[in-house]
Amino acid sequence: MAKIRGSIVVNIDRCKGCEVCMVSCPTGTIAMAKEVNHKGYFYAFPANPDLCIGCASCAMVCPDGVITVYKTKI
Amino acid sequence: MAEVTGIKEIIKPENLVYKKTKLMTDKVLSYCPGCGHGTAHRILAEIIDEEGLQSETIGICPVGCSVLLYEFIDIDWQEAAHGRAPALATAIKRLLPEKFVFTYQGDGDLAAIGTAETIHACNRGENILIIFINNGIYGMTGGQMAPTTLPGMRSSTSPYGRDVKIMGNPLKMTDIVATLLGTYYVTRQSVHTPANVKKTKKAMRKAVQYQKLNKGTCFIEIVSNCPSNWKMTPVQSNKWMEENMFPYYPLGDLKIPAEQITQKTSNSEKND
Repeated sequence: MAKIRGSIVVNIDRCKGCEVCMVSCPTGTIAMAKEVNHKGYFYAFPANPDLCIGCASCAMVCPDGVITVYKTKI
Repeated sequence: MAEVTGIKEIIKPENLVYKKTKLMTDKVLSYCPGCGHGTAHRILAEIIDEEGLQSETIGICPVGCSVLLYEFIDIDWQEAAHGRAPALATAIKRLLPEKFVFTYQGDGDLAAIGTAETIHACNRGENILIIFINNGIYGMTGGQMAPTTLPGMRSSTSPYGRDVKIMGNPLKMTDIVATLLGTYYVTRQSVHTPANVKKTKKAMRKAVQYQKLNKGTCFIEIVSNCPSNWKMTPVQSNKWMEENMFPYYPLGDLKIPAEQITQKTSNSEKND
């Protein structure tokens, strides 16, 4: 069976670190960074990129639209 | 632009699933982290983009947190006086009936100062879409009590909680307009989870279609959060909203077109 793999791109500059994406991710791909961006927010990043299935749940709930999602079959 | 990426091999244009719509400008949203306004804006922009209405849309900006909305979505806008957005939308729609006209208002704007305009525009059945963001508080001015504040809910002007004996009961604006004959489609949605975002988007798409068919007023309430003034983290505020706001403001359609009801009953009869 073909496996679906996804990948996300997070725009760090615009992320406000609200953690809504982290909670909505069904696979636990996203975590909050230990560093802050230039505005002082702990930005979201794909901590476990191998788990991403490209469902776009994170991008759909992101209030600031900072996440872009890609998906492919392997 | 600084960015972090997942697996780099997958990031190719042909694998793209979701990208922020081009209708959203590059301006950074002026909202607090986790505010539902941003998600509501993006869904609205996506609908306008997908329906190809960018040059055919006129939006009415409210007064409130979303007062700068005209800077975030790349369509034609008109700023209204506080609460007067439905009146202005009425004028614009009557003068330019071929345009898609909508208002975007918060609860302080629509349910407090603009109550008369809202009710009369809905009662006249003006062919506009009203999007109502309900977070139960005045967000921009510092968390004062709004007509939609829940009983017992603390705000800066009700520090011991809203006492319904003195301050009255919360106003269910969506239920009121659903009883008016002029409204065609009235629904209450939210934008805090992916499933709810999809439902809200579907509701907005329906409203766009109904306006094309000149059916009457469409009214979409979006129950939202206000992390800063509720004094919670965004995730906590979403949970609080589910536990406290939704029992009082239950999600779902309050008024659907008569044709759909007959369709549904005929379908269920077939199933029987």
